[in-house]
Amino acid sequence: MTEDEFSAYQSLSEETEDHRWAFGTGFTDPLEGIDASVPPGVDAQALAAYCLMLGDDALIYSHRLQQWMTRMPELEEETALANIALDLLGQARMLLARAGLAEGAGRQEDQLAFFREEHEFRNVLLAERQDADFAELAGRLLIFSAWRLALFGKLAASADPVLAAIAAKGAKELAYHRDYAAQWVIRLGDGTPVSHGRMQAALGAIWPLVTELFHRDAVTAALPAVAADPAGVCAEVDAVLDTVLAAATLRRPDVAPMARVAGRAGRDGVHTEAFGYLLAELQSVARAHPDATW
Amino acid sequence: MVTAAASLAIARDIAAAVPDPELPMVTVADLGILRDVAAEDGRLVVTITPTYSGCPALREIAQDLQRRLGAAGFADVTVRTALAPAWSSDWITAAGRRKLRDAGIAPPHAAPRNQGPVPLTLTATRCEPVTCPRCGSADTAQTAAFGATACKALFRCRGCREPFEHVKAI
Repeated sequence: MTEDEFSAYQSLSEETEDHRWAFGTGFTDPLEGIDASVPPGVDAQALAAYCLMLGDDALIYSHRLQQWMTRMPELEEETALANIALDLLGQARMLLARAGLAEGAGRQEDQLAFFREEHEFRNVLLAERQDADFAELAGRLLIFSAWRLALFGKLAASADPVLAAIAAKGAKELAYHRDYAAQWVIRLGDGTPVSHGRMQAALGAIWPLVTELFHRDAVTAALPAVAADPAGVCAEVDAVLDTVLAAATLRRPDVAPMARVAGRAGRDGVHTEAFGYLLAELQSVARAHPDATW
Repeated sequence: MVTAAASLAIARDIAAAVPDPELPMVTVADLGILRDVAAEDGRLVVTITPTYSGCPALREIAQDLQRRLGAAGFADVTVRTALAPAWSSDWITAAGRRKLRDAGIAPPHAAPRNQGPVPLTLTATRCEPVTCPRCGSADTAQTAAFGATACKALFRCRGCREPFEHVKAI
């Protein structure tokens, strides 16, 4: 590389007013400069709540993937997970920013990510689950990305142009994540007797959380032209999962769905015990230094 | 005296020459990240688009655009992000592809038109083979689906035995 006084790295050593201290820092609103007005006829508060759901799914799942860093069996797989976590974090940032703008109460992505309590998070329980082993990681990533890809495919035609743009962009990333996960599920399922047994056991452990993904909620119902009906993508996701499971010589587990708590689950702010620990780790730095910038 | 049109053309050239911070052998124009340079109410508005949702380079590119245009005398510069249409590797120009190949990075094939079915084979390459940017051999294999940046995967050439990077087709 030739010496260039204008190199992006050169500019890091200069005093600026935007608090940049390393490559990629100096975060600004990820939707800065984008027309964020809410289309006429759309309930702005419902739109905010809906973007929060999708943003929380990505934020929390991204954090779970980040917890695998330094623990993966091979460097290539660790790089893969870091990239997937980064894509999801990017989606989360835009969706939380969209939620804050639609809500209109001045909350930005950082307030929403770091200064909400457990019961205020709206992610599905599948996103917060801690993987017990690599087989669970592969199975959960396949289910999550196939489901989210189906939703984003519908959302690309959302009546909210910002949500439509985020979804159209994210769908490309999710298709790549899904294909990566499918490769591992097939490799393990159609591998040795040991890998097959562990992959089948992993599916059995995850499957009770699948039913919640297709559960109709009040927020989505209030946004017919904006949101994607989760029940409406069930057949599409089932077809993908069945195809992969067949190639992997795995059975669809016959297990009961996890019971809802008085009819409520992740979308209502009712979470599992593991979620509190995740959130404490995710939020501790921001809460210890509430005026910090990054 | 420089006319407004001439000044806009100069601004376009400066913006187009900004190198990508993670792939410094190509410019933001080569990659299709630079979407528009326009004059709006006496100020310059530069529009860029992210390659991937979480790409940290976008912020650095915006900063670099501000610096270079500022140094060239454009006092009032706004850098805007556009999300739609979503970036495609098809937007990488012919010059950009050549520069990538010269730097040992295999450029992408045409992006898939739709998401397509989930691939169920582990060994076969799903599309046309990725050619080694060093020796030109088509006998290559993917070693990792992801790489050092969001936009790349890792490959190895069976001909010359060298590893190389490949820009993912999306």
